[in-house]
Amino acid sequence: MTDQPDNHDRRGFLRCMTWAGATMLWSVAGGIPRSHLIGSAEAATTPGFTFAQVSDSHLGFNKPVNTAVTGTFQQALNALTMQTEKPSFLIHTGDITHLSKPEEFDTGAQLLKATRLPIYTVPGEHDVLEEDRKSYLHRYGKGTKGDGWYSFNAHGVHFIGLVNVINLQGTGLGSLGGAQLEWLEKDVKGLSASTPIVIFAHVPLWIAYQDWGWGTADGAQALTYLKRFGSVTVLNGHIHQVMQKVEGHVAFHTARSTAFPQGTPGVAKGPGPMPVPAAELKTYLGVARVSLVSTGTPLAIVDTPLAG
Amino acid sequence: MTASKNSGLRARPGVLRLMFAGLLLMALGVLTVRAEGPKADVKIDNFTFAPNALTIRKGTEVIWTNNDDIPHTIVAIGSSLRSKTIDTDRTFSYLFDKTGTFNYICGLHPHMKGKIVVTE
Repeated sequence: MTDQPDNHDRRGFLRCMTWAGATMLWSVAGGIPRSHLIGSAEAATTPGFTFAQVSDSHLGFNKPVNTAVTGTFQQALNALTMQTEKPSFLIHTGDITHLSKPEEFDTGAQLLKATRLPIYTVPGEHDVLEEDRKSYLHRYGKGTKGDGWYSFNAHGVHFIGLVNVINLQGTGLGSLGGAQLEWLEKDVKGLSASTPIVIFAHVPLWIAYQDWGWGTADGAQALTYLKRFGSVTVLNGHIHQVMQKVEGHVAFHTARSTAFPQGTPGVAKGPGPMPVPAAELKTYLGVARVSLVSTGTPLAIVDTPLAG
Repeated sequence: MTASKNSGLRARPGVLRLMFAGLLLMALGVLTVRAEGPKADVKIDNFTFAPNALTIRKGTEVIWTNNDDIPHTIVAIGSSLRSKTIDTDRTFSYLFDKTGTFNYICGLHPHMKGKIVVTE
Protein backbone atom coordinates (compact mmCIF):
# COMPACT_ATOMS: atom_id res chain seq x y z
CA MET A 1 0.00 0.00 0.00
CA THR A 2 2.65 2.51 1.05
CA ASP A 3 4.79 1.81 -2.00
CA GLN A 4 2.01 2.40 -4.46
CA PRO A 5 1.59 6.15 -4.18
CA ASP A 6 5.38 6.62 -4.43
CA ASN A 7 5.61 4.57 -7.58
CA HIS A 8 2.67 6.49 -8.91
CA ASP A 9 4.40 9.76 -8.11
CA ARG A 10 7.59 8.68 -9.80
CA ARG A 11 5.67 7.67 -12.89
CA GLY A 12 3.81 10.95 -12.73
CA PHE A 13 7.09 12.84 -12.44
CA LEU A 14 8.61 11.04 -15.41
CA ARG A 15 5.52 11.84 -17.42
CA CYS A 16 5.81 15.40 -16.27
CA MET A 17 9.30 15.59 -17.78
CA THR A 18 7.83 14.40 -21.06
CA TRP A 19 5.08 17.01 -21.00
CA ALA A 20 7.59 19.78 -20.45
CA GLY A 21 9.13 18.96 -23.82
CA ALA A 22 5.75 19.05 -25.51
CA THR A 23 3.96 21.96 -23.89
CA MET A 24 3.58 25.48 -25.11
CA LEU A 25 5.22 28.27 -23.18
CA TRP A 26 3.19 31.44 -23.31
CA SER A 27 5.15 34.61 -22.78
CA VAL A 28 3.15 37.78 -22.68
CA ALA A 29 5.28 40.84 -23.38
CA GLY A 30 3.56 44.20 -23.42
CA GLY A 31 0.26 42.52 -24.11
CA ILE A 32 1.53 40.54 -27.10
CA PRO A 33 1.71 36.80 -26.51
CA ARG A 34 4.40 34.62 -28.01
CA SER A 35 4.13 30.89 -27.91
CA HIS A 36 6.87 28.41 -28.59
CA LEU A 37 7.65 24.83 -27.74
CA ILE A 38 9.95 24.55 -24.79
CA GLY A 39 12.43 21.93 -23.68
CA SER A 40 12.56 20.90 -20.03
CA ALA A 41 15.92 22.67 -19.56
CA GLU A 42 14.46 25.98 -20.64
CA ALA A 43 11.46 25.49 -18.41
CA ALA A 44 13.64 24.73 -15.40
CA THR A 45 15.76 27.84 -15.77
CA THR A 46 12.94 30.37 -16.10
CA PRO A 47 14.19 33.36 -14.11
CA GLY A 48 12.07 35.30 -11.64
CA PHE A 49 9.38 33.66 -9.62
CA THR A 50 6.69 31.21 -10.54
CA PHE A 51 3.36 30.26 -9.07
CA ALA A 52 0.97 27.52 -10.04
CA GLN A 53 -2.73 27.36 -10.81
CA VAL A 54 -4.99 24.37 -10.33
CA SER A 55 -8.71 24.41 -10.91
CA ASP A 56 -11.98 22.52 -10.81
CA SER A 57 -10.92 19.54 -8.69
CA HIS A 58 -14.64 18.74 -8.06
CA LEU A 59 -13.83 16.52 -5.07
CA GLY A 60 -16.84 14.28 -4.51
CA PHE A 61 -17.67 13.94 -8.23
CA ASN A 62 -18.11 10.27 -9.05
CA LYS A 63 -19.40 9.65 -12.54
CA PRO A 64 -18.06 7.32 -15.25
CA VAL A 65 -15.95 10.03 -16.91
CA ASN A 66 -13.73 10.05 -13.79
CA THR A 67 -14.44 7.95 -10.72
CA ALA A 68 -11.14 8.89 -9.06
CA VAL A 69 -11.11 12.69 -8.83
CA THR A 70 -9.17 12.64 -5.55
CA GLY A 71 -6.45 10.63 -7.28
CA THR A 72 -6.18 12.91 -10.31
CA PHE A 73 -6.12 16.02 -8.06
CA GLN A 74 -3.38 14.41 -5.98
CA GLN A 75 -1.44 13.61 -9.12
CA ALA A 76 -1.70 17.21 -10.34
CA LEU A 77 -0.41 18.49 -6.98
CA ASN A 78 2.41 15.94 -6.94
CA ALA A 79 3.49 17.06 -10.39
CA LEU A 80 3.92 20.57 -9.01
CA THR A 81 5.67 19.80 -5.76
CA MET A 82 8.10 17.35 -7.36
CA GLN A 83 9.54 19.90 -9.75
CA THR A 84 13.08 21.03 -8.93
CA GLU A 85 11.98 24.63 -8.73
CA LYS A 86 8.94 24.68 -6.51
CA PRO A 87 6.37 27.35 -7.29
CA SER A 88 6.16 30.13 -4.68
CA PHE A 89 2.49 29.45 -4.06
CA LEU A 90 -0.58 27.78 -5.46
CA ILE A 91 -3.83 29.34 -6.63
CA HIS A 92 -6.97 27.20 -6.84
CA THR A 93 -9.50 28.92 -9.10
CA GLY A 94 -12.56 27.26 -7.63
CA ASP A 95 -14.84 24.23 -7.68
CA ILE A 96 -12.57 22.67 -5.09
CA THR A 97 -15.57 20.49 -4.22
CA HIS A 98 -18.47 19.12 -6.24
CA LEU A 99 -21.32 19.57 -3.72
CA SER A 100 -19.88 21.87 -0.97
CA LYS A 101 -19.95 18.96 1.48
CA PRO A 102 -17.74 19.31 4.58
CA GLU A 103 -16.03 15.99 3.87
CA GLU A 104 -15.20 17.14 0.32
CA PHE A 105 -13.67 20.35 1.72
CA ASP A 106 -11.75 18.27 4.27
CA THR A 107 -10.20 16.10 1.55
CA GLY A 108 -9.29 19.23 -0.40
CA ALA A 109 -7.74 20.91 2.64
CA GLN A 110 -5.63 17.83 3.42
CA LEU A 111 -4.31 17.50 -0.13
CA LEU A 112 -3.60 21.20 -0.46
CA LYS A 113 -1.86 21.31 2.91
CA ALA A 114 0.37 18.38 1.93
CA THR A 115 1.90 20.51 -0.87
CA ARG A 116 3.38 22.75 1.88
CA LEU A 117 2.77 25.69 -0.45
CA PRO A 118 0.87 28.82 0.53
CA ILE A 119 -2.63 28.39 -0.93
CA TYR A 120 -4.89 31.09 -2.36
CA THR A 121 -8.42 30.26 -3.48
CA VAL A 122 -11.58 31.74 -4.92
CA PRO A 123 -14.87 29.84 -4.81
CA GLY A 124 -16.55 28.17 -7.76
CA GLU A 125 -20.34 27.79 -7.87
CA HIS A 126 -19.95 24.22 -6.60
CA ASP A 127 -18.22 25.50 -3.43
CA VAL A 128 -21.05 27.81 -2.38
CA LEU A 129 -24.13 25.60 -2.71
CA GLU A 130 -25.10 26.29 0.89
CA GLU A 131 -27.27 29.34 1.44
CA ASP A 132 -24.78 30.89 3.89
CA ARG A 133 -21.67 29.52 2.09
CA LYS A 134 -20.22 28.72 5.49
CA SER A 135 -18.23 25.59 4.53
CA TYR A 136 -16.19 27.61 2.03
CA LEU A 137 -15.91 30.83 4.03
CA HIS A 138 -15.02 28.96 7.23
CA ARG A 139 -11.94 27.51 5.50
CA TYR A 140 -10.94 30.21 3.03
CA GLY A 141 -12.77 33.35 4.06
CA LYS A 142 -10.36 34.64 6.73
CA GLY A 143 -9.07 38.09 5.92
CA THR A 144 -11.26 38.41 2.82
CA LYS A 145 -14.00 40.91 2.04
CA GLY A 146 -17.65 40.28 1.15
CA ASP A 147 -18.13 36.79 -0.26
CA GLY A 148 -14.41 36.03 -0.20
CA TRP A 149 -12.60 38.54 -2.44
CA TYR A 150 -9.16 39.95 -1.54
CA SER A 151 -5.81 41.10 -2.89
CA PHE A 152 -2.16 40.63 -1.97
CA ASN A 153 1.29 41.53 -3.27
CA ALA A 154 4.03 39.05 -4.11
CA HIS A 155 7.36 39.69 -5.85
CA GLY A 156 6.19 43.06 -7.10
CA VAL A 157 3.00 41.64 -8.64
CA HIS A 158 -0.44 42.67 -7.35
CA PHE A 159 -2.76 39.65 -7.12
CA ILE A 160 -6.54 40.04 -6.92
CA GLY A 161 -8.93 37.16 -6.13
CA LEU A 162 -12.49 37.90 -7.26
CA VAL A 163 -15.78 36.07 -6.61
CA ASN A 164 -18.19 35.86 -9.56
CA VAL A 165 -20.40 32.90 -8.61
CA ILE A 166 -22.80 34.42 -6.05
CA ASN A 167 -26.38 35.65 -6.63
CA LEU A 168 -26.42 34.73 -10.28
CA GLN A 169 -29.47 36.17 -11.96
CA GLY A 170 -31.13 36.57 -15.33
CA THR A 171 -28.07 37.73 -17.26
CA GLY A 172 -27.11 34.08 -17.69
CA LEU A 173 -23.52 34.86 -16.75
CA GLY A 174 -21.21 35.14 -13.75
CA SER A 175 -21.52 38.30 -11.68
CA LEU A 176 -19.21 40.39 -9.49
CA GLY A 177 -21.79 42.82 -8.13
CA GLY A 178 -21.61 46.49 -7.18
CA ALA A 179 -19.91 46.11 -3.79
CA GLN A 180 -17.05 44.07 -5.22
CA LEU A 181 -16.56 46.40 -8.20
CA GLU A 182 -16.41 49.36 -5.84
CA TRP A 183 -13.80 47.58 -3.73
CA LEU A 184 -11.75 46.66 -6.83
CA GLU A 185 -11.68 50.26 -8.06
CA LYS A 186 -10.32 51.41 -4.69
CA ASP A 187 -7.93 48.47 -4.40
CA VAL A 188 -5.99 49.35 -7.56
CA LYS A 189 -6.25 53.13 -7.27
CA GLY A 190 -2.93 53.74 -5.48
CA LEU A 191 -0.86 51.34 -7.62
CA SER A 192 1.61 52.56 -10.22
CA ALA A 193 0.68 51.68 -13.83
CA SER A 194 3.82 49.56 -14.15
CA THR A 195 2.71 47.12 -11.45
CA PRO A 196 1.94 43.76 -13.07
CA ILE A 197 -1.60 42.68 -12.15
CA VAL A 198 -2.85 39.12 -11.89
CA ILE A 199 -6.59 38.67 -11.40
CA PHE A 200 -8.01 35.25 -10.65
CA ALA A 201 -11.67 34.24 -10.48
CA HIS A 202 -13.63 31.09 -11.20
CA VAL A 203 -15.88 31.95 -14.17
CA PRO A 204 -14.06 33.55 -17.12
CA LEU A 205 -14.03 37.31 -16.64
CA TRP A 206 -14.48 37.84 -20.37
CA ILE A 207 -17.28 36.35 -22.47
CA ALA A 208 -15.71 33.06 -23.54
CA TYR A 209 -19.02 31.56 -24.75
CA GLN A 210 -22.25 33.33 -23.94
CA ASP A 211 -24.62 30.48 -24.90
CA TRP A 212 -23.20 28.34 -22.11
CA GLY A 213 -22.87 31.16 -19.61
CA TRP A 214 -19.08 31.14 -19.86
CA GLY A 215 -18.45 34.75 -18.97
CA THR A 216 -19.03 37.47 -16.38
CA ALA A 217 -21.77 40.03 -16.98
CA ASP A 218 -19.90 42.91 -15.28
CA GLY A 219 -16.40 41.63 -16.08
CA ALA A 220 -15.86 44.41 -18.63
CA GLN A 221 -16.67 46.97 -15.94
CA ALA A 222 -13.96 45.46 -13.72
CA LEU A 223 -11.45 45.69 -16.55
CA THR A 224 -12.05 49.41 -17.04
CA TYR A 225 -10.31 49.95 -13.67
CA LEU A 226 -7.25 48.13 -15.04
CA LYS A 227 -6.93 49.90 -18.40
CA ARG A 228 -3.96 52.01 -17.32
CA PHE A 229 -1.84 49.04 -16.27
CA GLY A 230 0.84 47.74 -18.62
CA SER A 231 0.44 44.05 -17.81
CA VAL A 232 -2.79 42.41 -16.69
CA THR A 233 -3.16 38.64 -16.60
CA VAL A 234 -6.57 37.09 -15.91
CA LEU A 235 -6.66 33.47 -14.74
CA ASN A 236 -9.94 31.55 -14.66
CA GLY A 237 -11.29 28.02 -14.43
CA HIS A 238 -14.88 26.79 -14.80
CA ILE A 239 -14.71 25.68 -18.44
CA HIS A 240 -12.33 22.73 -17.90
CA GLN A 241 -10.14 23.48 -20.90
CA VAL A 242 -7.40 25.87 -21.94
CA MET A 243 -8.64 28.99 -23.71
CA GLN A 244 -6.61 32.14 -24.24
CA LYS A 245 -7.27 35.58 -25.54
CA VAL A 246 -5.44 38.90 -25.54
CA GLU A 247 -7.07 42.28 -25.60
CA GLY A 248 -4.76 45.28 -25.39
CA HIS A 249 -2.59 44.78 -22.32
CA VAL A 250 -4.86 42.11 -20.88
CA ALA A 251 -4.16 38.41 -21.34
CA PHE A 252 -6.95 36.00 -20.45
CA HIS A 253 -6.28 32.38 -19.69
CA THR A 254 -8.42 29.49 -18.46
CA ALA A 255 -6.99 26.36 -16.84
CA ARG A 256 -7.80 22.70 -17.28
CA SER A 257 -9.71 20.86 -14.58
CA THR A 258 -8.02 18.15 -12.54
CA ALA A 259 -11.31 16.17 -12.55
CA PHE A 260 -12.96 15.95 -15.98
CA PRO A 261 -12.97 17.71 -19.35
CA GLN A 262 -15.95 19.65 -20.69
CA GLY A 263 -17.08 19.99 -24.27
CA THR A 264 -15.76 22.50 -26.78
CA PRO A 265 -18.13 25.35 -27.67
CA GLY A 266 -19.57 24.90 -31.13
CA VAL A 267 -18.74 21.19 -31.10
CA ALA A 268 -20.37 19.63 -28.03
CA LYS A 269 -24.14 19.65 -27.42
CA GLY A 270 -23.77 21.22 -24.01
CA PRO A 271 -21.27 22.32 -21.36
CA GLY A 272 -21.42 19.15 -19.21
CA PRO A 273 -18.68 16.59 -18.57
CA MET A 274 -17.28 15.27 -21.85
CA PRO A 275 -16.87 11.50 -21.97
CA VAL A 276 -13.42 10.55 -23.25
CA PRO A 277 -11.69 7.15 -23.51
CA ALA A 278 -10.25 6.28 -20.07
CA ALA A 279 -6.74 6.00 -21.52
CA GLU A 280 -6.94 9.59 -22.80
CA LEU A 281 -8.51 11.20 -19.71
CA LYS A 282 -5.26 12.50 -18.28
CA THR A 283 -4.38 14.35 -21.47
CA TYR A 284 -7.44 16.51 -20.75
CA LEU A 285 -6.61 17.24 -17.09
CA GLY A 286 -3.78 19.35 -15.78
CA VAL A 287 -2.21 22.31 -14.06
CA ALA A 288 -0.83 25.68 -15.10
CA ARG A 289 2.46 27.22 -14.05
CA VAL A 290 2.94 30.95 -14.35
CA SER A 291 6.35 32.61 -14.34
CA LEU A 292 7.20 36.23 -13.92
CA VAL A 293 10.21 36.83 -16.10
CA SER A 294 12.31 39.37 -14.26
CA THR A 295 13.46 41.26 -17.37
CA GLY A 296 10.45 43.45 -18.04
CA THR A 297 6.82 42.62 -17.45
CA PRO A 298 5.96 39.37 -19.22
CA LEU A 299 4.23 36.49 -17.54
CA ALA A 300 4.77 33.08 -19.02
CA ILE A 301 2.06 30.46 -18.62
CA VAL A 302 2.84 26.79 -19.14
CA ASP A 303 -0.12 24.42 -19.17
CA THR A 304 0.75 20.84 -18.46
CA PRO A 305 -1.68 17.98 -18.91
CA LEU A 306 -1.44 15.10 -16.44
CA ALA A 307 -0.38 12.90 -19.36
CA GLY A 308 0.10 13.35 -23.06
CA MET B 1 -78.99 -10.76 29.90
CA THR B 2 -75.85 -12.75 29.99
CA ALA B 3 -76.27 -13.64 26.35
CA SER B 4 -76.84 -10.06 25.29
CA LYS B 5 -73.95 -8.97 27.46
CA ASN B 6 -71.84 -11.59 25.81
CA SER B 7 -72.97 -10.60 22.37
CA GLY B 8 -72.25 -6.97 23.29
CA LEU B 9 -68.79 -7.96 24.37
CA ARG B 10 -68.30 -9.96 21.22
CA ALA B 11 -69.53 -7.08 19.07
CA ARG B 12 -67.21 -4.52 20.57
CA PRO B 13 -63.99 -5.68 18.88
CA GLY B 14 -65.88 -5.87 15.62
CA VAL B 15 -67.05 -2.28 16.00
CA LEU B 16 -63.51 -1.20 16.80
CA ARG B 17 -62.25 -3.05 13.77
CA LEU B 18 -64.88 -1.33 11.63
CA MET B 19 -64.03 2.06 13.07
CA PHE B 20 -60.34 1.41 12.47
CA ALA B 21 -61.02 0.26 8.91
CA GLY B 22 -63.13 3.38 8.39
CA LEU B 23 -60.38 5.65 9.68
CA LEU B 24 -57.88 3.86 7.48
CA LEU B 25 -60.10 4.36 4.44
CA MET B 26 -60.53 8.03 5.30
CA ALA B 27 -56.78 8.41 5.67
CA LEU B 28 -56.20 6.61 2.38
CA GLY B 29 -58.87 8.79 0.84
CA VAL B 30 -57.01 11.90 1.93
CA LEU B 31 -53.77 10.46 0.59
CA THR B 32 -55.43 9.47 -2.66
CA VAL B 33 -56.86 12.96 -3.10
CA ARG B 34 -53.38 14.38 -2.62
CA ALA B 35 -51.81 11.88 -4.96
CA GLU B 36 -54.40 12.66 -7.61
CA GLY B 37 -53.59 16.40 -7.69
CA PRO B 38 -52.38 17.51 -11.09
CA LYS B 39 -48.69 17.07 -11.74
CA ALA B 40 -46.35 18.19 -14.47
CA ASP B 41 -42.81 17.13 -15.24
CA VAL B 42 -39.80 19.17 -16.26
CA LYS B 43 -36.70 17.22 -17.22
CA ILE B 44 -33.24 18.70 -16.89
CA ASP B 45 -31.12 17.30 -19.68
CA ASN B 46 -27.86 18.58 -21.10
CA PHE B 47 -28.19 21.92 -19.27
CA THR B 48 -31.69 22.66 -20.57
CA PHE B 49 -35.17 22.57 -19.05
CA ALA B 50 -37.68 20.51 -21.08
CA PRO B 51 -40.29 21.72 -21.63
CA ASN B 52 -38.69 25.09 -21.52
CA ALA B 53 -42.02 26.89 -21.05
CA LEU B 54 -44.88 25.14 -19.29
CA THR B 55 -48.48 26.28 -18.78
CA ILE B 56 -50.29 24.68 -15.84
CA ARG B 57 -53.51 25.13 -13.83
CA LYS B 58 -53.30 26.60 -10.34
CA GLY B 59 -52.75 23.79 -7.82
CA THR B 60 -50.43 21.80 -10.09
CA GLU B 61 -47.27 20.33 -8.65
CA VAL B 62 -44.26 20.65 -10.93
CA ILE B 63 -41.53 18.06 -10.58
CA TRP B 64 -38.05 18.78 -11.93
CA THR B 65 -35.80 15.75 -12.50
CA ASN B 66 -32.07 16.22 -13.03
CA ASN B 67 -30.71 13.80 -15.64
CA ASP B 68 -27.31 15.55 -15.87
CA ASP B 69 -24.01 14.48 -14.29
CA ILE B 70 -23.82 17.96 -12.75
CA PRO B 71 -26.07 19.37 -9.99
CA HIS B 72 -28.57 22.12 -10.75
CA THR B 73 -30.92 24.37 -8.79
CA ILE B 74 -34.21 26.12 -9.52
CA VAL B 75 -34.25 29.83 -8.71
CA ALA B 76 -37.26 31.94 -9.68
CA ILE B 77 -36.51 35.51 -10.70
CA GLY B 78 -38.18 38.00 -8.37
CA SER B 79 -39.86 35.36 -6.16
CA SER B 80 -38.92 33.34 -3.13
CA LEU B 81 -39.03 30.01 -4.98
CA ARG B 82 -35.58 28.52 -4.57
CA SER B 83 -34.70 24.83 -4.55
CA LYS B 84 -31.94 23.06 -2.72
CA THR B 85 -29.21 21.51 -4.85
CA ILE B 86 -30.70 18.86 -7.16
CA ASP B 87 -27.99 16.27 -7.71
CA THR B 88 -27.97 13.68 -10.51
CA ASP B 89 -31.24 11.66 -10.72
CA ARG B 90 -32.79 13.69 -7.89
CA THR B 91 -36.03 15.64 -8.09
CA PHE B 92 -37.43 18.88 -6.73
CA SER B 93 -41.16 19.52 -6.62
CA TYR B 94 -43.12 22.69 -6.02
CA LEU B 95 -46.88 23.23 -5.80
CA PHE B 96 -47.95 26.33 -7.70
CA ASP B 97 -50.98 27.69 -5.80
CA LYS B 98 -50.98 31.19 -7.26
CA THR B 99 -51.55 32.33 -10.80
CA GLY B 100 -48.86 34.22 -12.65
CA THR B 101 -45.72 33.81 -14.73
CA PHE B 102 -42.64 32.43 -13.00
CA ASN B 103 -39.39 32.91 -14.88
CA TYR B 104 -36.64 30.80 -13.42
CA ILE B 105 -32.99 29.94 -13.94
CA CYS B 106 -30.52 27.41 -12.62
CA GLY B 107 -28.73 29.22 -9.79
CA LEU B 108 -25.47 27.50 -10.76
CA HIS B 109 -25.74 27.82 -14.53
CA PRO B 110 -27.83 30.93 -15.07
CA HIS B 111 -27.85 30.54 -18.85
CA MET B 112 -30.39 27.75 -18.20
CA LYS B 113 -33.74 29.48 -18.31
CA GLY B 114 -37.32 28.24 -17.97
CA LYS B 115 -40.83 29.57 -17.48
CA ILE B 116 -43.95 28.31 -15.68
CA VAL B 117 -47.24 30.02 -16.50
CA VAL B 118 -49.94 29.32 -13.88
CA THR B 119 -53.56 29.91 -14.96
CA GLU B 120 -56.88 29.67 -13.03
